[in-house]
Amino acid sequence: MSQVADHAHAEHPPHLHHHFHSSAQQAASAKLGMWVFIAQEILFFSGLFMAYIALRYLYPKTFLAAHEHLDVSMGALNTVFLITSSLTMALAVRAAQTSNKKWAEINLLLTIGFALAFCVVKYFEYSHKFHLGIFPGKYYAYTHIPGNPEVFFGLYFVMTGMHALHVIVGIGLLLWIYLKTRTGAFSAAYYSPVENVGLYWHLVDLIWIFLFPLLYLVK
Amino acid sequence: MTTATDVIRPGGGPSATGHAEEKDYLNVDNSIMSWLFTLDHKRIGLMYLASVLFFFFFGGILALLIRTELFTPGADFLTYFVSGKNAAELKLAAADLYNQLFTLHGAIMIFLFLIPSIPATFGNFFLPLMLGAKDVAFPRLNLFSFYIYVLGAFFFLYTLASGGLDTGWTFYTPYSTSTNTAVIASTFGAFILGFSSILTGVNFVVTVHKMRAPRMTWTRIPLFLWALYSTSLIQILATPVLAITLLLLIFERALGIGIFDPAMGGDPVLYQHFFWFYSHPAVYIMILPAFGVISETISVHSRKHIFGYGFIAASSVSIALIGFLVWGHHMFVSGQSPLASLLFSMITFAVAVPTAIKVFSWVATLYKGSIVFNAPMLNALSFIFLFTIGGLTGLFLATLATDVHLHDTYFVVAHFHYVMVGGTLVAFLAAIHHWWAKMFGRHYNEWCGRISAIFVFIGFNLTFFSQFVMGSQGMPRRYFTYDQVSPELLSIYTRMHQISTVGSMILGLALTFTLFYLAHSLFFGKKVHNDSDLRWTGESMEWKTATPPSPHNFHEQPIAYNSPYDFKEIDHSLGGGH
Repeated sequence: MSQVADHAHAEHPPHLHHHFHSSAQQAASAKLGMWVFIAQEILFFSGLFMAYIALRYLYPKTFLAAHEHLDVSMGALNTVFLITSSLTMALAVRAAQTSNKKWAEINLLLTIGFALAFCVVKYFEYSHKFHLGIFPGKYYAYTHIPGNPEVFFGLYFVMTGMHALHVIVGIGLLLWIYLKTRTGAFSAAYYSPVENVGLYWHLVDLIWIFLFPLLYLVK
Repeated sequence: MTTATDVIRPGGGPSATGHAEEKDYLNVDNSIMSWLFTLDHKRIGLMYLASVLFFFFFGGILALLIRTELFTPGADFLTYFVSGKNAAELKLAAADLYNQLFTLHGAIMIFLFLIPSIPATFGNFFLPLMLGAKDVAFPRLNLFSFYIYVLGAFFFLYTLASGGLDTGWTFYTPYSTSTNTAVIASTFGAFILGFSSILTGVNFVVTVHKMRAPRMTWTRIPLFLWALYSTSLIQILATPVLAITLLLLIFERALGIGIFDPAMGGDPVLYQHFFWFYSHPAVYIMILPAFGVISETISVHSRKHIFGYGFIAASSVSIALIGFLVWGHHMFVSGQSPLASLLFSMITFAVAVPTAIKVFSWVATLYKGSIVFNAPMLNALSFIFLFTIGGLTGLFLATLATDVHLHDTYFVVAHFHYVMVGGTLVAFLAAIHHWWAKMFGRHYNEWCGRISAIFVFIGFNLTFFSQFVMGSQGMPRRYFTYDQVSPELLSIYTRMHQISTVGSMILGLALTFTLFYLAHSLFFGKKVHNDSDLRWTGESMEWKTATPPSPHNFHEQPIAYNSPYDFKEIDHSLGGGH
């Protein structure tokens, strides 16, 4: 009994919270927590995917006609940005694990850069839509698409908007990790936050991988 | 250290006396800030307890207003609270007020009381203690969840101040997109409360997986924690669907995106699918922790090993899983396909199997046990009785042919109150009495506890059994008056409503009495100086620490050498589940 109790106080690195016995236990808890949180995120988006399935099943022709007004090349460009940012994120995690501070900083900055580029492209896409009069819901004012395209674009704005919100949250998290990396907080002994933000970032990427074909490549 | 019993004595054995002067989690620091910024799961649990009790009494007062109005068939009581130029206007305004009352009663009771009730209070307090851990895995996230809960609650209070809400707690479209009450504020409140629930769930799942005491295998986890674990799974997997549903509803109302609006090509039944995909599993978020409490109290107060440990644990998880597949039984008359209704009906019956396993196991635990009729035990027995009625009447509603008749009548109201009040609230009372002395280091008055349990039982049955009768006679739910029916029906409805209203007053008085003697005991109750002062102890780890527990729970890491239900005074040849 006493060995276990002593073990808790034996070595106490600064990152280890008092209620954990070891760094390994703390890291495993944080990682499981992130995975469980990701499950929650997937269920959150599943509602939107179900709405998409139901409405596309009801109005296949409208979806076909409306999706042609989305810019495939911009969507494809954004897909490339996000996939590449996942690569740089993975490299950043690896660099943190191997205590390679400089390389971790570079890769985190690159990830942030790609994320910002994604937002810029999205901004141009949205403003072009608004320019045409393609607004969400009852503000929809573009008359050149047959059927009831406001339902498609309502979904488009909600789905991509929710995803963009996750990208913006991700940029905040990446920035936080970057600043902490600069202070030398992470090393081979402690890199959980980098790894878990990485998991989150891959999820954001993954959701886009599903959104892109569903919205831009209906044909 | 060679036998199991002396290893797991309270407070770590002889050393407990040496710590007698040490501060406990309550008096370690008395400043307001030390409570508001605490990371201690026990203090967070108490802050939740105070909050959910506040909202429970608030929702309860709304219920009593509803019951008072229904005492007579016509519009009368509520007309005193509204203004109007003539009788017709008064009646209309009172009817609006009535709609707001039942909506807020439902929404407050479900989102602010029932869902956080047992997990966020007793779960927060006892989950780490029962695991032999110092805290939950993410203490800061835990405090954050509490403040999100408070924020969500403020949105509900704001709703109250800005026009109220009259959609019913279900926010069904298209009415919720067209009414001029504060739908956005209240749905956003529910959205925020959902995140509080999700984050608590994440915390609990990780804590159960990663923070168990040495040698605490999955078969040595107390059943309360199996129940909380199953609940957390639902919170994590169902609540986000509610979150997106409510967001879509907000967008629908603010921007008119049309997903649920038939005028724009959307589908209002889709809203019902989304809503019940969360809200049916949410029923199990409310009742599973109650099952866990009953497993603990029945076993401890009959001093007998729980019967069928493995079956009870597995039935919690299977209820959680089957619960995801039955949402369509709320929509039998909403225009879903007959095939879908048939399948949902069949799967709904399947829920009865794991639920019955639990009830039979509790009864089998009582068999030849050394039963003590104290307050927690009386509440637990009351639970078994009331929950069984609640569960069995669910079968009438799961049956397609009878549901068409009973849908939207008081039969449904009575059914879910038997489960939610007779089930969850009574289990909540069992829990609060069972763990009171451990939590606060003071004893409540046992006779007051027994009297309260008996009057809650009587008041509850008067209130809701009468509703089964009038519901089966066709009294619709959510109606403000019932004076426009045939004389025979009028006499049945009036009598039953009057019995129900009198019962609700008894129930309200009994619960207020409970609040008073519990609050009284906090200051004047007999003090627990050491563990031999406790009226009862269990064998799970929350009983192995000081009373009240120290800030870090345990002085020495406890080790789980045996099952949490091995009571040393029992005859092992009778112990079920081995």
